[in-house]
Order: sequence, then C-alpha cells, then structure tokens
Amino acid sequence: MIDWIHPGLIFLVGALVLPALKGRSQQIWLLVVPLAALASVATMTEGDYGAFTFIGQNLLIGKVDKLALVFAWVFTIMAVIGLVYSLHVRNTAQHIGAFLYIGSALTVVFAGDWFTLLVGWEIMAFASAYLVFAANTVSATRAGMRYLMVHITGGVLLLGGIILHGQETGSYLFGPIGETGGLAYTLILIAFIINAAVPPLNAWLTDAYPEATVTGAVFLSAFTTKTAIYVLIRAYPGTELLVWLGAVMALYGVIYAVLENDCRRLLAYHIVSQVGYMVAGVGIGTEMALNGSASHAFAHIIYKGLLFMGAGAVIHMTGRRKLTELGGLYRTMPLTVVLYMIGAFAISAFPLFSGFVTKSMVVAAAGGDHRAAIVLMLTIASSGTFLHTGLKLPYYMFFGKDCGLRPSEPPANMLAAMSIAAILCIGIGVLPGVLYGLLPYPVDYHPYSGYHITESLSLLMFTALGFFLFLKYLDPERTISLDTDWFYRRGAGLFMWIASRPIARWEQMISGISDTVIWRSLNFTANVSLVSDLKVVDAIVNGVARTALRCGAAMRKVQSGVVSHYAGAMIGGVLACIALYVALWTG
Amino acid sequence: MIARIVQFFGDGSHARLRWRVFIAVLFVIVVADFLVKRGHGAFFFDDFPGWGAAFGFLACTAIIFVSKFIGHQGGIMRDEDYYD
Repeated sequence: MIDWIHPGLIFLVGALVLPALKGRSQQIWLLVVPLAALASVATMTEGDYGAFTFIGQNLLIGKVDKLALVFAWVFTIMAVIGLVYSLHVRNTAQHIGAFLYIGSALTVVFAGDWFTLLVGWEIMAFASAYLVFAANTVSATRAGMRYLMVHITGGVLLLGGIILHGQETGSYLFGPIGETGGLAYTLILIAFIINAAVPPLNAWLTDAYPEATVTGAVFLSAFTTKTAIYVLIRAYPGTELLVWLGAVMALYGVIYAVLENDCRRLLAYHIVSQVGYMVAGVGIGTEMALNGSASHAFAHIIYKGLLFMGAGAVIHMTGRRKLTELGGLYRTMPLTVVLYMIGAFAISAFPLFSGFVTKSMVVAAAGGDHRAAIVLMLTIASSGTFLHTGLKLPYYMFFGKDCGLRPSEPPANMLAAMSIAAILCIGIGVLPGVLYGLLPYPVDYHPYSGYHITESLSLLMFTALGFFLFLKYLDPERTISLDTDWFYRRGAGLFMWIASRPIARWEQMISGISDTVIWRSLNFTANVSLVSDLKVVDAIVNGVARTALRCGAAMRKVQSGVVSHYAGAMIGGVLACIALYVALWTG
Repeated sequence: MIARIVQFFGDGSHARLRWRVFIAVLFVIVVADFLVKRGHGAFFFDDFPGWGAAFGFLACTAIIFVSKFIGHQGGIMRDEDYYD
C-alpha cells in the first residue's frame, strides 16, 4: 500500500489535524496538505490499488487510469488555488469543510467500485453544504437546506440504483452501465445528472452557490458538477439523450444569465451552460468528444474558479453582490479587473486562452459526428458566454455607472490565488499539448488553424458589437428569476399549507367523529355488553349454580341412610315404571 | 502599466478612441476571415467567409431580446421579495 497514497486520504487526515492548529501553523498546513496531494497525484502510476473483499463483494478503493488522473490533477491544482485564496479565513470549520469536500471528490474520482463511489458522493454533499451554511445568513441557511435536500434525494436514488445494478450484474465494480432503459440505469442516471445540474434538475446549483461564503463558492464551482461529468464519462458514454440535454443546458444557462442581477448567480448559470458542453460531449461519446469533455472540465475548473474568485474579491471588499449596486470599481481594483478578464477570455474561448483549446474540441467532435443542430446550439451558447461573463458582468461590476465605492484591491493571498489560476488559463491556451497529453485517448486535434482563429474572433467580437449597440437593453434589473426551485420552494409552502389546512382539518374531523360517533357508540356497546354480562350471562350462570345447589340439598335430604327408605323408594320406582308402562301401552 | 490599460477602458475621455480601435479590430478580423485558407468544413456554413461575424452578431442580438422577452412576458423575472 506504500506504493500508492490516496490523495483523498491526505485531505481526510489533513482535516483531522486542522483543529489542533492555529494562526500561522494552520496557514502552513492549508498549503502543505494540497501540495502533498498534488505530489501524490504527480508520482502516481496507473493500476489498481486497495482491492479488498467486504461481505462477499470485491471492492476497489483506487482505480488509477488516465481518465481518473486528468480529474485528479485538476482537482488537486484547484485545491491549492482555492486554499491559497482562503488563507486569510480564520474559521477552522470552513477549512475542514473544504478539505472533506476535496477529499471526497477525489474518493469518487479513484473509486473502482460503486460503494466507494457512493461514500465519496455522500460526504461530498454534506461537506459542500457546510460551505453554504458557513455564510451564516438566513438566506444561506435556507438555500443550504434546499441544497442538502436535493443532494440527499440524489444520494438515495444512487443507492437504490447501485443495489439494483449490483443484483442484476452480480458485480459492484464501477464501469459502463451496459443495458439501457432499466430501473437501475435510470436511477443512477438521474442521480448523476442531478449533480451535473442538468435542467430541470439544475436549480440547486444556482440557488445555493451565490449564497455560499466568498471562499466556499470557489470550491463549490469546481468539484460537484465536474465529479458528475467524470462519472458520466465512465458510466454513460454515448448516451444519445445526453447530447440534447447538454445542448439545451448550454442555452438554458445563457438565457438565465441575461436576466440575472446577482453577480455570482450569473456565474453559476454559466457553470450550467459550460457543463452543458461537457454533458453533450459525453453523449456524443466518440474518443474526441470524451477527450473534449475531460479537457473542458479541466480548463473550466480553473477559469470558473478564477471568475468566482474575482467576483468573490469584489464581494469581500464591498459587501455587495448585485450588479445594480456595483459599478466603477476599475479605478481602485485594476488588478482584479485584469485577472477576472483573463478568466472571462478563457471561458469565452478566445485564442491563446484555455477555453479555446478545449471547448472547440467538443464542438469539433459534434461536427465530426455530423450534428449540425448541436454545433449551432453550442455556438450560440459560446456567443452568450462572452456576452455575459466577458462583457455584461465586468461592465456592470467594474465599469459602467459609478456606484461611488472606492474599495482597495483584495488581500495579497486572494490576488496570488487568482494569479496562479490566470497563469494556468493562459498556459493551457498557449501550450495545449501538455493538457492533451493527459487526456484518456490520443489527441489528433489542432485548434490553432487560421480558419478556426478568425472564425472564433469574428464570433466573439461581433458579439461584443451587439453588446455595445444594445447595451441599454441589458441593464440589470432589481429582480430575481424563477427557476425550477420554484416547484419545491412554493411546493414546500403548498405542502405545509395542505398539511396545516386541509389535512389538519380532516384529521380534526376524523378525531371529532371518533370522539362523538365512534367513541359514544363504543361506550354504548360496552355498557350494553356490561349490563348483559351482569344481568343475563351472570344470571344464567348463577341460576344454574343455584339450581344445582338446591338440587344437591334436596338430594341430600333424600339420602337418609335408612335401608327401609331405600327399599321403599325402589319399590315405589318399580311401581311407577309399571304404572307408566301400562298407561302408555293402553293409551 | 496594468492600471493604465484598465484606465483606458474605463475613462469616459477615451470613449471615441475606444470605438475607433474597436471598429478597426472588427474590420481586420473580417478581412482576415476572408483571406484565411479554408479546409473543407464539416458543414456548408463553415465555408462562408464572414459566417462567424454574422452568426455572432445575430446570436448576441437574439439572446438579449429573446431572453428579456421570456423573462418579462413569461413571468420568470419577479420582485426580489417574491419568496419572502
């Protein structure tokens, strides 16, 4: 076992030690642990580790292959970045939550069997929910509860699906689910697409992420949805439904982002949109498409982390999160502006930035599979991505109308974390070969063709033209947007109303009936039976007894003990018999 | 240096210059799109020079107006205290 140390275990042990440390030593620990995990991933070789038998089932804690390694790399890199970003946080519980969250996500990535996956899946739900609760506001607590409820539901579906799948196949080893359409297949797929935030099961994400702590949201943006993409790549490659769900999802996020006023909720809708590309890639299922999904997940984690860090820096320094209350911050936060914009160029897939070399791989794979409608839908979403993340959000947050605030740049550790992410966004864009080398299948794709560059730049810069021409129609409004969480937020209200009104009344009426009609009739019946018991049954019993007693007494008198009396009685009896016989015979 | 670049994009005094640079960039990109060597694309529209520009502009316009229409007319956008 020494030849392989599970990086998830490193985070688990790290979390156990955290409460014992304070101040500077805790800060050092926050860096040592993710770096140790990163080193463990860097020195890892492919193979199966930690296989054992538990109640007759073969389990496998660590299945290391190229696909697992891509995700392990980016998860641990993001762990380093996110923890640098949260070095200033003095709340140990939040750091423990982050450690457990990252560790459990890595548990899922290396899970070789369904049970290990389930354990990681469940810890992930609870640890991540804590990052929402830790914001310690009423709205965060409520959103956190809703978040937890959705993920617990997903976990139960997953458990049910796993048990059914295990019974059907006789093996709990994690891999592609062969047969389609069965109950196990459907339950597990629903559990996975809940975590991938596929509409209409997306609302937990856009509801909860903007309510999390500034640092918590950075971790949240990275792990849950991308773990879902990872397990989808493993279990459901080439599922036609996912192609269409993914393309719709990419547009769904874009449409909501137009309406959104909360800066982090806007970014959250663009997680939905970007994960749509990955889901579509899984659905297409060719080697190029799966490579595209994996590499886009890699790039996405880093640029989305950077965007959340940028928006978080603004919230940290101003305490405001609505675009209608922000603006003009470029004067005093130029570094934040530049770092945020690098993330924005990366998500928008500008040449030389990471999104350009990964997103286009998914689109090219859709093209290679002759899916014109999917290519067009994803291209519209690309335009929308730049429109919101690259233009609308920075315009109303950093430029535009001056809100009068003059915040300084965020703390040095925040800027450092954002700089690492920014360097990676550009590094991947300039040298895509390094990332391509990590991908599960050999890559035969060259993003930097002249035509691809001019087409992408045309698309993006004419999107910008549209933005500036129609700017006044895009002004953020002081509204919230109803999403599918309406059903359980209003649904919960309706449920409570039904429980407190009709059901409570019904219950009252039933208990009224039982108090009056049933209770009284029962009482009456009981009384009747009591009386009948006393008067009739007892009387009969007593009567029989008394009669027997009287007969007994009479018989005693008869038994005098005198022989002449007995002889007289016998003679009398014989005479009586004869008399009876004569009477009957002659009559 | 970074601060000065950001100032250029923020300050109102540079607005006219910014528009000129922006239009020039659009022009260069479109010209380049016409000059660039095209392989055979997967779809017919890949072979049209200027396709990206037209599609980008139309997509952006459509996203803005369709989304706002759905938001306002479809009852999606509500007051901030809707759930309270």
